[in-house]
Amino acid sequence: MAHVTSPGEPGRRRGPLGPVTLAGVFLRVGAMNELQYRANFVVQVFQSAIALVTGLAVLAIVFSQTTNLHGWTQAELLAVMGVHILMGGIIQATIQPGMERLMADIREGTLDFVLTKPEDAQLLVSVRQVRIWQLVDVGVGLVVLGVAVDRLGPIGPLDVVAFLAALVLGATMIYCFWLILTVVAFWVVRMDQIVELFSGLYQSGRWPVTIYPGWLRISLTFLVPIAFAVTVPAEGLTGRLTPETLALAAGFATVLVVVTRWFWRFGLRHYSGASA
Amino acid sequence: MSAAAADARALLDVYLTAIRIAIAEQFQYRVANYFYMIGMIVEPVIYLVVWSTIAAQQGGDVGGYTAGRFAAYYIVWTLVRNMNIIFTPYGWEWRIRDGELSGMLLRPLHPIHWDLGYFAGWKFVVIVLWLPLAAVLALIFRPELAPTVLDVIVFAIAIWGAYLIRSVLYWLLGMISFWTTRVGPLFEIIFTAELLLSGRLVPLGLMPEWVQTIADFLPFQWTFGFPIEALVGGLPPDRLLGGLAMQALWITIGAVAIRLVWPIAVRRYSAVGN
Repeated sequence: MAHVTSPGEPGRRRGPLGPVTLAGVFLRVGAMNELQYRANFVVQVFQSAIALVTGLAVLAIVFSQTTNLHGWTQAELLAVMGVHILMGGIIQATIQPGMERLMADIREGTLDFVLTKPEDAQLLVSVRQVRIWQLVDVGVGLVVLGVAVDRLGPIGPLDVVAFLAALVLGATMIYCFWLILTVVAFWVVRMDQIVELFSGLYQSGRWPVTIYPGWLRISLTFLVPIAFAVTVPAEGLTGRLTPETLALAAGFATVLVVVTRWFWRFGLRHYSGASA
Repeated sequence: MSAAAADARALLDVYLTAIRIAIAEQFQYRVANYFYMIGMIVEPVIYLVVWSTIAAQQGGDVGGYTAGRFAAYYIVWTLVRNMNIIFTPYGWEWRIRDGELSGMLLRPLHPIHWDLGYFAGWKFVVIVLWLPLAAVLALIFRPELAPTVLDVIVFAIAIWGAYLIRSVLYWLLGMISFWTTRVGPLFEIIFTAELLLSGRLVPLGLMPEWVQTIADFLPFQWTFGFPIEALVGGLPPDRLLGGLAMQALWITIGAVAIRLVWPIAVRRYSAVGN
């Protein structure tokens, strides 16, 4: 399915675009689209502000009763919160919109239009939808992280590299998790509740997963990779990240990417376009 | 039969019908309802784990709450949370925009009665679905729960009191949609205030004194914290009955306000659509 030449004009084709170029094109189109609705930016800033105030209030309540939570100080938990907001922004802006659209396309049979395009279908469904206003949370997350790091004292360049690596690996794993869930829609069709379910589960990342009881911690690590997405990068900034953990993250991310690719193709074979 | 008694009969009939329809409808969507409930349960489990951790670190309890009592609090929370589901104030926007309200206004009965009946009926489905989830949570987290008979009776009344308070107050809030369509930010501030000041996030007793004082002037704690603590908090009888009285007070305030505002609000409505 990957590189079908468009039927009418065989001579015009210049070969597939690179994934980065393609994502860039969709990002530009998405941005232009949303820039028409600038009031939504104000709404998003407002929502992010309320979420931030709530998060800070929760931390204040917790630390009015204790000086540390399972060995994490208030400044360290602030770093966790920063990563949580930052990663939430990345998911909401880039990963989730594409997956929601894919779910709708599978349900309505309009995925046909993606499959007939001369690019890799998995790439297309993953990059074709963005919500740029959600990037406000990326900014808010960075500010919170800045304040937290400032309180934690100096960190080395190696910590920053480890943090960034963990962040990229975490985002990759969340992407794989979302795509695997969405592919289930090839069989189940109606998956609307999944969005609610995911945002509920994602809230657990507000706290380091080490505080959860064993069965829950393992689920939040390997079943829903929230530990890798939030806790592990935060460990990078708080001097907790071991090379073993980072290697595990890299290994697990690789496995997930391969499995996701396979599952996507497997699911695609079960797709029967319902459209006209 | 007197006219008043006939009216009451007719109203009761409407409620019973709404309840029956809600049960039949929502039971069809039991899988969707379950998904929703599982997503919802994550929230109290997170709070429970955080506070149990703190309790363990502090040598067993925080402000009188042991891990077992936190478990009881947040498991009862899940039932109260479900009882708290009412017609969302956001829903007014589409009721107005789609013209659904036109049909509701044609009926010779105040539209709030249908909402009250329908969402009450939904509760019966929700409670049936909730029971196995509560059992699983209880097995995992071992709640300490030893209510008296009075506690149980007050709890049974208080969860419906909570339902009524939220129903009337959010109905009232939703009516703002008749004046403006930019209601989102206002609703969000109120929902955030509710999260912090109702006992949903954390038992109010663990909040700073000044927060508790603010909460005393607001209705939120009577919809969340009070019903839960009626069952798990070992409250003395005067606090239990006083709580029910506060619930009655807020329901009355809401009902009277709806009575005053509704006629004015509905005059601003001009039907769009069919």
